[in-house]
Amino acid sequence: MCTVCGCGEGEVKIEGNAHHHGHGGHQHAHNPPHEHAHVQYRATGNGLHFGLGAAHAHAPGLSQSRMVQIEQDILGKNNAYAAQNRALLAARGIFAINLVSSPGSGKTTLLIRTIEGLQGKIPLAVIEGDQQTSFDAERIRATGVPAIQINTGKGCHLDAHMVGHALEKLNLVDHGLLFIENVGNLVCPASFDLGEAHKVVILSVTEGEDKPLKYPDMFAAADLMLLNKVDLLPYISFDVQKCIAYAQRVNSRIRVILTSATSGEGMDEWLEWLLARK
Amino acid sequence: MHEMSLAEGMLQIIEDNARNGGYGRVKTVWLEIGQLAGVEVEAMKFCFDAVTRDSLAEGARLEIIATEGEGRCPACHKTVRLAERYDPCPACGGCPVEVTGGTEMRIRELEVE
Repeated sequence: MCTVCGCGEGEVKIEGNAHHHGHGGHQHAHNPPHEHAHVQYRATGNGLHFGLGAAHAHAPGLSQSRMVQIEQDILGKNNAYAAQNRALLAARGIFAINLVSSPGSGKTTLLIRTIEGLQGKIPLAVIEGDQQTSFDAERIRATGVPAIQINTGKGCHLDAHMVGHALEKLNLVDHGLLFIENVGNLVCPASFDLGEAHKVVILSVTEGEDKPLKYPDMFAAADLMLLNKVDLLPYISFDVQKCIAYAQRVNSRIRVILTSATSGEGMDEWLEWLLARK
Repeated sequence: MHEMSLAEGMLQIIEDNARNGGYGRVKTVWLEIGQLAGVEVEAMKFCFDAVTRDSLAEGARLEIIATEGEGRCPACHKTVRLAERYDPCPACGGCPVEVTGGTEMRIRELEVE
């Protein structure tokens, strides 16, 4: 997350500049406790530093231990940012998809084929998440579609706060479609709502049919599974029906489409799925 | 390793509450983690110790309240205990059991001074 906001993850970079920007350009709408944090502590090279305000104040007579009930969800802050993103996207009629998968499932190639199928029909934009490099955003921009890269540094997932900042910088067109390509990771992105309409999980047939049971949280969080690289099925041992049954065991509502970015199989059905929900 | 982000989220909640509640030190944190929340308890403890260093919660004890996974069977309509998200119903073998509990990640209570 952003060092300006005191959110701790100082290695995040949103393309164009490191995320150590001045407050002058910081237009993200923060809720009150979050703004408060700007004053109270800041991140430095050595970690978070407190003691700038009430947190370190020593009030006489308050030194006895006492219990405080707080009952707060630890994803609450992320969820609040996700709600802000969702409201912004809804106000502009933008439909957002969060693409999640392991590294190497063919997400970016599939996304480029998807863009080719939709270009000219609907305004498109892409947010790319990776730990390092802007290779993926460059590949997307080569198609003519606006794209912005978020580098999470050591972070293993995108969170709603990073996406909020990316939305500020991206040239979004109203009533368009936004693809958010998450960091390749079949575990952590499942827990972090970004404000999307749907999570779509991409699983390639080279990864093995047991992945939905091995990484159930991701398949439970997704509304659609794209079973990708099906053009390779003749050459490998992969049981499609078993894979679908496993996914449905974890999530009875999950839809499945078999796709190949190479042969084009399933692309029409996937585009129809998108446009029907837009 | 999203436990690190979660631990940072915990520290922010504790910080916000400390400002509003007027306390300067946190000695114990009771954290509720559901069995189906996708959180590794040992990793969570490790990350909590790391992110609270040099903070008002440095050295605080992290007490985990584990809540069991719970679901509703689509076949026998019973509410059953679930060890894993994809387990069939322990009563009748029906599946998929709809998860109704055990996904919590919540700070319940703090001991402060």
